[in-house]
Amino acid sequence: MGELIKCTDLAFSYEDVDVIKDLSFTVNDGDYLCIVGENGSGKSTLTKGLLGLKSPDKGKIIFSDELKKKEIGYLPQQTPAQKDFPASVFEVVLSGRLNSRGLRPFYSKKDKMIAHDNIRKLGIEELMKRSYRDLSGGQQQRVLLARALCAGKKLIFLDEPVTGLDPIVTEEMYRLIDDLNKKDKITVVMVSHDIQSAAKYATHILHLNFEKSFFGTTEDYIKSPLGQYFFGDNKVYSEV
Amino acid sequence: MINDIIEMFSNDFMIRALIGGVLVSLCASLLGVSLVLKRYSMIGDGLSHVGFGSLAIASALGSAAPLQIAIPVVIIAAFFLLRLSGNSKVKGDAAIALISTSALAIGIIAASVSGLNTDINSYLFGSIIAMDKTDVIFCSVLSVFILIIFVFFYNKIFAVTFDENFAKATGTKAGVYNMIIALLTALTIVVGMKMMGSMLISSLIIFPAVISMRICSRFKTVIITSAAVSVVCFLIGLIASYSYSAPTGASIVVVNMIVLLIASLIGRFVKKRK
Repeated sequence: MGELIKCTDLAFSYEDVDVIKDLSFTVNDGDYLCIVGENGSGKSTLTKGLLGLKSPDKGKIIFSDELKKKEIGYLPQQTPAQKDFPASVFEVVLSGRLNSRGLRPFYSKKDKMIAHDNIRKLGIEELMKRSYRDLSGGQQQRVLLARALCAGKKLIFLDEPVTGLDPIVTEEMYRLIDDLNKKDKITVVMVSHDIQSAAKYATHILHLNFEKSFFGTTEDYIKSPLGQYFFGDNKVYSEV
Repeated sequence: MINDIIEMFSNDFMIRALIGGVLVSLCASLLGVSLVLKRYSMIGDGLSHVGFGSLAIASALGSAAPLQIAIPVVIIAAFFLLRLSGNSKVKGDAAIALISTSALAIGIIAASVSGLNTDINSYLFGSIIAMDKTDVIFCSVLSVFILIIFVFFYNKIFAVTFDENFAKATGTKAGVYNMIIALLTALTIVVGMKMMGSMLISSLIIFPAVISMRICSRFKTVIITSAAVSVVCFLIGLIASYSYSAPTGASIVVVNMIVLLIASLIGRFVKKRK
């Protein structure tokens, strides 16, 4: 169980307002970490920080040697422009291999094999030749998840992966992610609004709550004051 | 018919218009796929107006080579528009409309004060005889450059067009590719403006991409079809405009429009059969 990501005393600001202060947490190999928190608590800012798109005002984010930046798979939130994008499923999944190409312009046979493997793993083989824009929301998310797996097989970073999906597809998506974590030993970091499901599947929870953030195992979270608000006997939130 | 076409291209200016036009159509259609998919279509329109404004001012000031002045101005405007689109303070579409109408207004004032009416008309609506030798050489260099970029960086262009956030997060310098596309678009527009006119040049960027997206469902085929559609529409438009002595730019746009209608019908038919 090696440490993959270690964050110490992080501080981030968003448009000159401090949203995250003195935040420390670690992600170990095999963990399933859910990052939850209200709107404006800094989830997206922290996401940008972890992906290296924004540097922290203070503190450090250390990636282990085995987890170079190029080995993180990322499932971003979909943009409206993507929904009618004319590309085949295979083209989209294969584009996940881009980061391993460096300056070499074309994909190798190995890249294509990895893309095929991930398409099979997510059960979307019959969609392979279809156009991305003709797929349902849940199918599109699977395709993007396959792309994320092509980019990194050690750790995947999921940014609200079930937004806009219906309850049945949402549950399928959660099971799929759970399988990847348990069977394929892929470390999962997920940003989510859905605290109930987070507690059901995740091994660790990071609840961003301004000065009083919580980080720990899911068991401890449910017992904590923050967790009690959602899982205990209805404490008033302002007391937390 | 064939004899007419042979006779048509016995004129030197027609040969130049043919070569220059095919190359500009090719460049614009390739760049157009990326711009349209990224919701940047209006950047082409904005840039052509800025191009017109700077050409008019340069001519009014008596510059011998107004294009040399227009090119850097349009390039700067391209970077500026790209940044604006990424910035949310003024919404991208409003910002582009503000810039393009301002540039147009300034250009018209400059032109009417200095009394350069014939030139201005050809900058606004294009002219088939406008392509000179330098333009043709410029187009050739530009299109070779664009083709090389699209072949060697095809996968990166796909990734950045499809999902900029993913590309950035996994270590592709998306910003650099956006800048390259903006720079090449600026160059294509300035050189294409002479023939198509600044009012109509953005159609070369938008129409072929939209047409090919109606009938193709893979990125690679969209790009190839877009280039082919653009060149064919240009040729039909050029021949039609010569035969019926209609304005070239406008004829090419009308051909594109008809092809778009046909492509939409085909696209709908194919979808129904699925």
